[in-house]
Amino acid sequence: MALYLLSIYQPDGPIPPPEVLGPIMEDLAALNRQLKASGSWVFAGGLHPPSTATVIRVKDGETLMTDGPFVESKEHLGGFTIINAPDLDAALEWGARLAEATTLPVEVRPFQHDGAR
Amino acid sequence: MADVPSSEIERVFREHYGRAVSVLVRACGDIDAAEEAVQDAFAAAVERWPATGIPPNTVAWIITTARNRAIDRFRRESTRDDRHAEAMRLYDADEPELEEEGAVRDDQLRLIFTCCHPALATSVQVALTLRLLGGLTTTEIARAFLVPEATMAQRLVRAKGKIRDARIPYRVPNASELPGRLRAVLAVVYLIFNEGYAASSGDRLIREDLCADAIRLGRLLAELLPDEPEVQGLLALMLLLESRRAARTTAGGAVVLLADQDRRLWDRELIVEGQAIVRQCLARNEPGPYQIQAAINAVHSDASRVEATDWRQIVALYDQHLAIAPSPVVALNRAVAVAEVDGPEAALALVEGLDLDGYRLYHAIRADLLRRVGRRVEASLAYGAAIARTENEAERNLLESRRRSLVE
Repeated sequence: MALYLLSIYQPDGPIPPPEVLGPIMEDLAALNRQLKASGSWVFAGGLHPPSTATVIRVKDGETLMTDGPFVESKEHLGGFTIINAPDLDAALEWGARLAEATTLPVEVRPFQHDGAR
Repeated sequence: MADVPSSEIERVFREHYGRAVSVLVRACGDIDAAEEAVQDAFAAAVERWPATGIPPNTVAWIITTARNRAIDRFRRESTRDDRHAEAMRLYDADEPELEEEGAVRDDQLRLIFTCCHPALATSVQVALTLRLLGGLTTTEIARAFLVPEATMAQRLVRAKGKIRDARIPYRVPNASELPGRLRAVLAVVYLIFNEGYAASSGDRLIREDLCADAIRLGRLLAELLPDEPEVQGLLALMLLLESRRAARTTAGGAVVLLADQDRRLWDRELIVEGQAIVRQCLARNEPGPYQIQAAINAVHSDASRVEATDWRQIVALYDQHLAIAPSPVVALNRAVAVAEVDGPEAALALVEGLDLDGYRLYHAIRADLLRRVGRRVEASLAYGAAIARTENEAERNLLESRRRSLVE
């Protein structure tokens, strides 16, 4: 078994209205239930918008902070799910279901070894 | 029997490389380790074969030697992952000396599907397939695709790293995934063939080596997947196209179009083989794009003179192609056949509506049709558009001479 990070990329901008977001959240909850039932679920969470982010750098013992996300872009990481899967095919299958549920692109990326524990 | 030249040893290893590596990948659980092991076996062969001659069961010798070397290596290098050493030991205890033919075939299929996994970019799938199944060196693949060797080496290292770290599985897809995954495999093989058949850039039209490699891979697939009609169709298509190689260019390297080819130069043996496969496909009656394209080429191969071509049959085959897999390129090719049945005016009407502005052959075919209906100015412009989109020197020369002939 290996750990995979499933990152959801979201366009910046206003949060979709409830009639759009509602069904998406329902699909997402159902997917998380299935992930848990299959024993593949490790962690999942959605993030506040990139405007809430702070980037920290430490240089010569001094902490520097900048307001906003690390990369200026039209899309940002909107949330992620960490799963346990036997191989990439299995991880891609969950990734495809996550992309379908969220209607957003999902990046699937393996952790080194079994992740830092 | 002694005194085997090293070029012969190289040839033998290239021929059996894919088979040996595929077995070793399963044994070692790692592509790099498998390649190292086969490389070790090659070094052993260079040392021994000149004295002993090539062993009768060559593949078994290579696999056994490579496996033993891999085990030595794992034992020596304690830094390696213990699981790999464990896997090797288990494998060593389990397997008889000689690889069972069926098991080797399964391993080759696993390797093919790993190399052509959809999580890898097409250019990467092509490079991996040529390297691991075709046994080509990185230098040869780099040369074939006109990229610097360092770039190709990096591409292969990155690909093998992704297969290992992301755990792209080493297995044959199940029945429900197979059609889609097989399409990707066939596309890779046909891409290799096409790059050889009409080199996308460079000064020569044909790169024979790549065509031969693609046909070799096509034969392997046909042997491994005898019940997949499209696999057979692709092999037949490549054989029939390859049969015309000697007639497709002049001694000076200029392009000769199908209509102008000296058909006595066609390779009868390849035609007979390709047509026999097409007949088997027809009898099976599970048509697909490759089978239909093969059938179209079989019709061309039947005609000893261009005037004897059964164009109606070809139009009917294109109709079938459009019905099962519609695409503007197929519609364009159909129009070429329509021009022979209903005249260039009718064909031109079909071509005008197609959304293929970026495709050089669209402009070349449109130019020819415009020339035939006497619309010279437009024809000249269309040849210009085709020339602007052609990277291949030989093809460009042909288009330029056609454009010049408009004013003569």
